[in-house]
Amino acid sequence: MSKARLMQGNEACAEGAIAAGVRFFAGYPITPSTEVAETMAKLLPRVGGKFVQMEDEIASMGAILGASLAGMKAMDATSGPGFSLKQELIGYAACAEIPCVLVDVQRVGPSTGQPTAPSQGDVMQARWGTHGDHPMIALAPWSVRETYDATVMAVNYAERFRTPVILLMDEIVGHLREKVELPEPADLDIYPRRQPKKTRAEGYEPYAPDEDLVPNVADFGQGYHIHVTGLIHDDTGFPVGSPKVTEESIRRLHEKIDRVGEEIIHTEEYFMDDAEYAVVAFGGTARTAYEAVAEARAKGQKVGLLRLMTVWPFATAAIKRLAAKVKGIMVAELNYGQLVGEVERAVAGQCEVQLCRKYNMQSFEPQEIAAGIDELVK
Amino acid sequence: MKSDITIKMARCKGCGICVAFCPREVLALDELGKVKVVNGEACIACGQCELRCPDYAIFVDKLSDGGTAKEAAQ
Amino acid sequence: MERSYEKYFRQNRLPHLWCPGCGNGIAMKAIVQAIEKKGLSQDNTVIVSGIGCSSRASGYMDFDTLHTAHGRAIPFATGIKLANPDLNVVVITGDGDCTAIGGNHFIHGCRRNVDLTVVLFNNKIYGMTGGQASPMTPLGKKATTAPYGSIDRPFDACKLAIAAGATYVARSTAYHEQHLVDMIANGFDNKGFSFIEALVQCPTAYGRKNKMGSPANMLKWMRDNAVMQAAWEKLPDDKKQGEKFPIGLFYSATATDYTTAYDAVIERAGGAGK
Repeated sequence: MSKARLMQGNEACAEGAIAAGVRFFAGYPITPSTEVAETMAKLLPRVGGKFVQMEDEIASMGAILGASLAGMKAMDATSGPGFSLKQELIGYAACAEIPCVLVDVQRVGPSTGQPTAPSQGDVMQARWGTHGDHPMIALAPWSVRETYDATVMAVNYAERFRTPVILLMDEIVGHLREKVELPEPADLDIYPRRQPKKTRAEGYEPYAPDEDLVPNVADFGQGYHIHVTGLIHDDTGFPVGSPKVTEESIRRLHEKIDRVGEEIIHTEEYFMDDAEYAVVAFGGTARTAYEAVAEARAKGQKVGLLRLMTVWPFATAAIKRLAAKVKGIMVAELNYGQLVGEVERAVAGQCEVQLCRKYNMQSFEPQEIAAGIDELVK
Repeated sequence: MKSDITIKMARCKGCGICVAFCPREVLALDELGKVKVVNGEACIACGQCELRCPDYAIFVDKLSDGGTAKEAAQ
Repeated sequence: MERSYEKYFRQNRLPHLWCPGCGNGIAMKAIVQAIEKKGLSQDNTVIVSGIGCSSRASGYMDFDTLHTAHGRAIPFATGIKLANPDLNVVVITGDGDCTAIGGNHFIHGCRRNVDLTVVLFNNKIYGMTGGQASPMTPLGKKATTAPYGSIDRPFDACKLAIAAGATYVARSTAYHEQHLVDMIANGFDNKGFSFIEALVQCPTAYGRKNKMGSPANMLKWMRDNAVMQAAWEKLPDDKKQGEKFPIGLFYSATATDYTTAYDAVIERAGGAGK
């Protein structure tokens, strides 16, 4: 282990990205994500990587997709309004299967909203912000150290599944400063860029799925003369206007991620052993929820915490198991109510579902969640 | 015949550019609207048709011997 | 005899989808002829395009090719060039793609002087969506969204590129095919942002709306109205009126390209060789 350092969530994100092999970052300044870009601007050239500040949010997303296609692991970071602008090319990355990580340090919306103020209002934008049917992976760390780990994981998933991965941070974690001990980069498992398994002469097709349903798309410059498009395409990569290819293509995009199921759905349970009630939370809110649940336990309330680190794909199975065990679930989220709908869908009436929400620029106070728990266990 | 005119019929869309730019009225559009050679003897191999064809459908090669070998072969 | 430039086309993708008489085919051929002239390697050259009629060109060209989203070709190309500076990166775009939805990316690409060669197929209209006015539709010309004639003052994309910092700026037309090849080929020689506007005829949307006649007539219009830059400069202002326009090399300068500049950043940061 390296020696302990004091750092911010946004800085840990940048360091995690570099440790995971990210060598290209394009971004556009936006609070509260800017420190990710600033840290990358400083650190990337030290490892021979490249940073570019683009003219807008869309351009920076385009630049990382270009860099990724040319063989560099690539990342971009933004917040609310910038996240909205990037949706077009998030869809492009999903359709053309280009590995990339996009960090969204959430802030209060809609629109310019309340810049810098914490929120978790992008849960649904992360999932459904771009048009059309597509899978999505979104990870939400709750500490500075976990931000590092989750960024490494996000880069690995992006490369493994050749898909955009959202690191769904919030201002609380992004600007949180904590003492952390980071692992040695050599101790990390890093997923390498996938490589073609056939030559052109052997009939290589860039979008032919491998056994895990993910294609081994060549990088530009490897001599394969591939064609990449955001149009629906067949295994050759060229657009095809057929119902069959369209259906197969959209199905495979989903199945390549659906098939791994629980493996990428990370959750943590606290105080759950004999719990009769549970709080479900993620990101910065989960920190407050943890404290509220610990206090509730001290008061003798049989309540536990289920923390979602993977927000998308949604932890349906974990919520179903939870619903079978407890009498009631309270979702604590820093928005008007987004994740709660997914929880209700998974619970499907098995137990009561309650919402503890807040959307006034301020993060939760433990007492607010404690008051919700009092209501829940009543 | 001073030239050898090759037409890739599958590429021709019948836009008429080659016909319009031919200085010797060598080309015309047929019943189906595709290019055809109607007066090959008049071709001077200027290459205007090939140069301007947006579909890479027509190619003109100047015959170095003025066409003697080709005529003999026919 | 098979033409040597045919090897740069994906033969199984031809014929292309452009309308009969469309000038895009001529401009696409000019690009591959310029590539051949400069001996750029097929394995080491990437063609990046946006969305629109022009941007379908990438699919026909036998290189690594990238058909991006509308207006976004230059940002994608910037990422490619920075990630792998050994690649020759050619951007194919259209008047709407480059100067409307991609306008901001265009000027910033020029400003950074990224080593790209951008060829704008200017047909003065949105062809693929059926003939709407673009930022390069001339004043008074008709489009489906300008049925009484366009009142929006058009961009001169070459002047825009020069003002924004491009280091090689030229214009040619589909009529002047060999000149167009030269303008593009010389653009490859410039290590920096090279911009070539290629005027192309759109007989289906623009030509028909504006009663310009057959595709051949539209080419003849280019012949009759284009003036070589050297002659244009000598023209008195009252002769520069009407539909006359200059073609040729408008600007070239030597300036550090973005990749070279960033290499110096890496050097200063101590990351060279990593």
